[in-house]
Amino acid sequence: MKTIILRTASNYLLPVLLLFSIFILLRGHYLPGGGFVGGLIAAIAFVLHSFANGLKNTKSLLRFHPGFLMPAGLALSFFSGLSPIIFAGDPFMTGLWYHGHVPVLGSVGSALFFDMGVYLVVVGVTLTIIFTISEAP
Amino acid sequence: MISAILLGFLFAILLVFAGKFFKGKFAVLSALIPLGLFVYFLQFIPEIMEGNIVKESYNWVPSFGVNLGFTLDGLSLLFCLMITGIGFLVFAYTSAYLHHHKYLDRFYGYLSVFMAAMLGLVLSDNVISLFTFWELTSISSFFLIGFNNTQEASRKSALTALGITGLGGMFLLAGVIVLGNITGTFSIAEMLNMSPELIKGHEYYTVAVILLFGAAFTKSAQFPFHFWLPGAMKAPTPVSTYLHSATMVKAGIYLVMRFTPVLGGEEIWNTTLIVVGAVTMLYSAFHSLFRTDLKGVLAYSTISALGILMFLIGMGTTESFTAAAVFIIVHALYKATLFLTTGIIDHQTGTRDVTVLSGLRKVLMPVGIAAIIAAISSAGIPPTIGFLGKELTYEATMHAPIIATILVVGIVITKILLLWAGFVAGIKPFQGSLPDSLKDTKMPGPLMWVPPILLAVLSLVFGIMPFIIEGSLIKPVVSALGGESGEIHLALWHGFNTVFILSLVTIAVGTTLYFLLKPSAKLETAVGKLEAASPKSLMEKFNIGFTYLSSFWTRVFQNGYLRNYVFIIIFFLIGMVGYTMIGNTKFNIDPSILSNVSFYELVVFIIMCIAILFTVFTSSRLSAVVAMGVVGLTICLVFVFYSAPDLAMTQFSIDTLTVILFVLVLYRLPRYLKIQDHKMRIRDGILSLMFGGLIAVLALEVLSEPVNTEIGDFYAENSYIMAHGKNVVNVILVDFRGADTMIEISVLTIAAIGVFGLLKLRLKRTDRVQ
Repeated sequence: MKTIILRTASNYLLPVLLLFSIFILLRGHYLPGGGFVGGLIAAIAFVLHSFANGLKNTKSLLRFHPGFLMPAGLALSFFSGLSPIIFAGDPFMTGLWYHGHVPVLGSVGSALFFDMGVYLVVVGVTLTIIFTISEAP
Repeated sequence: MISAILLGFLFAILLVFAGKFFKGKFAVLSALIPLGLFVYFLQFIPEIMEGNIVKESYNWVPSFGVNLGFTLDGLSLLFCLMITGIGFLVFAYTSAYLHHHKYLDRFYGYLSVFMAAMLGLVLSDNVISLFTFWELTSISSFFLIGFNNTQEASRKSALTALGITGLGGMFLLAGVIVLGNITGTFSIAEMLNMSPELIKGHEYYTVAVILLFGAAFTKSAQFPFHFWLPGAMKAPTPVSTYLHSATMVKAGIYLVMRFTPVLGGEEIWNTTLIVVGAVTMLYSAFHSLFRTDLKGVLAYSTISALGILMFLIGMGTTESFTAAAVFIIVHALYKATLFLTTGIIDHQTGTRDVTVLSGLRKVLMPVGIAAIIAAISSAGIPPTIGFLGKELTYEATMHAPIIATILVVGIVITKILLLWAGFVAGIKPFQGSLPDSLKDTKMPGPLMWVPPILLAVLSLVFGIMPFIIEGSLIKPVVSALGGESGEIHLALWHGFNTVFILSLVTIAVGTTLYFLLKPSAKLETAVGKLEAASPKSLMEKFNIGFTYLSSFWTRVFQNGYLRNYVFIIIFFLIGMVGYTMIGNTKFNIDPSILSNVSFYELVVFIIMCIAILFTVFTSSRLSAVVAMGVVGLTICLVFVFYSAPDLAMTQFSIDTLTVILFVLVLYRLPRYLKIQDHKMRIRDGILSLMFGGLIAVLALEVLSEPVNTEIGDFYAENSYIMAHGKNVVNVILVDFRGADTMIEISVLTIAAIGVFGLLKLRLKRTDRVQ
């Protein structure tokens, strides 16, 4: 599928789709969206790029193996769950909130970081599976 | 107390990092751990003597009523002192026995975990933590028994031991849960405070007793579960010493003793213990006659001694409790000594065959002294503590509540045979002339021969001065068991009475038997023919049968064809859900609550139908996949129509990725082959239609059920107040039920690692296992 149209388009689509996925991730708290869908969209963006430019180029664009996103995401989610124990002495996974308005995001709390962790895990998992299968001899 | 238990575990962890240090010259330093603990427990003696009970409690899982409660009473103290005291000698002895062994550090690790688990077991007040420590002893003993893991026999006997004691662990778990249900508490101290009628009159009393017996009899190697113990002799001798003289096998005895005041006194309790104990003690005492391996003789005499203990506890009188308490000390002292001397003989001469060994006194004099004292103690000859133990046992048996005469005959025969076994293990190797082949035997270092001497001397000291243990150990144990400790008076000389005559008979007949009957290989082979009907062979046959069954099961249900898995899963799902729904389905659908079908929905529905038909009848894989994608997208649209945008978005992304994945996989498959014949297609078609129908009926049924909106309302009302979010679906995912999501993303990660591992793993041809 190395058509010139797709290749050109994908170079522009990748950043746009990634931005869109982050937008979906962040709006999840108030409107439809969230880390899971956001992660899937980001993964699709990379898959599309790899279809147009070849897996090698996508991988060199990523610089590191997407598998590393999984432990990073898990750790982020886990520590956002731990944060109430550390900072407030509340049980695991109690929501911690910054009481004040943050522009763009609305309110910020531990749940947002949890969702970011989910996002990273989903990107990592999806890309690992798809890249591994498409590389298989 | 908790720090005393944790010390062993911490030391094991330390060994992971500092293994090199404890492997070399400084191995003997590890013995400081049990020594320190021994001293620590010694200082509790005055407090326990006054009749106090030391308690400690920590919260563990308070929501389930599981606390980490520890109690130190007379019974626990006796066991703690044995565990740490003999543990100290075993640790020191091992440093010489396995000198510069490649894995000495691991050995110490297993040993200290085992010791810590045993301490936890005898100190636990909570039955759930008792069970946990019980399992830990099973697991750590598995590693100890299978320490020589390059030998097949060693691995096999470790597995047998784990299997049998693990089975016992299951019994214990079930037993303590039943007990917890009866009493409403998991604390032994609280059970003791309840009125006994309440527990014993309960309808599940018998169930609890049987389950606890199942645990105790497997751990303490009672007939017919005894066979793991002789097998466990494959372990290095220090392990046998530790496990079989004072710790592992006594755990079952401990359990029965611990629950005697709670559950004991009923007929089923007493009779079962007496019968099982009596059968075990006679059966294995006879078996010890037919062994030529020193450790084999010791193994069977150990089982027999455990039988005697069960038997004594079963009689349930103060006399019998006293006898049991004394006999535990007697047995621990002489059996540990004999195991240690056997280990020295094995280590220095390279054989344990009793028909070959003789005259070793000329080369291993101090070892011989220890062994002979132990043999005398085991025979019950004064002035050792063994004599005291035997007298008390006879006394208690004569006053047994049932069939006293028969029991006395049984116990006397057992003691005669045990005397023989003790003499064979302790005296025979040192007696007679030294054969040429053993002339070069060298004396081991003091680290090896001092421990048995110490234990042997204790046998003598306690025998001559029994008042040392009377007040400090025996009385508190008996009162912990619910006996009258005021009546106890230990003395070597009891006067010239029936018991003394029985003692004389035992010693006379036993010694005669020793001179008449020599252990021989011929006898061993003769009895070997009976093995076919022994519990061990029956268990092995059962295991082989079970292996066949499971491989058959695997071949049929786990055959590696994805289509079969899907078929079986769906088939069973239809069967089970369908079975439940028959008769429970009402089908009263109210048409008025259904919304009208709009034009868009009709169009989507038609597209979906066409796509499905296309999927089923196309002859190209790629178009089937694409058609499936169309079905997925139409479902997305349905979600959109019914205002579930979150679902629709996710479904849309997932569907896209699924199609991509399918294409990637299909790309590698060979050209389209028709693997299904006509019959299979019809079969699959019927299954699919049934499944679809089932789900449709289920969905309609849900509509007609009254809906409980409480949960939904809660989330809707609280999502903004408590979680600052307006998107309820997302708030549930990341906040209200965030722990679920945490686990889900972990599962996703595991799946990805699985895919990565399976596809990237390229073993070299030589590494592949056929």
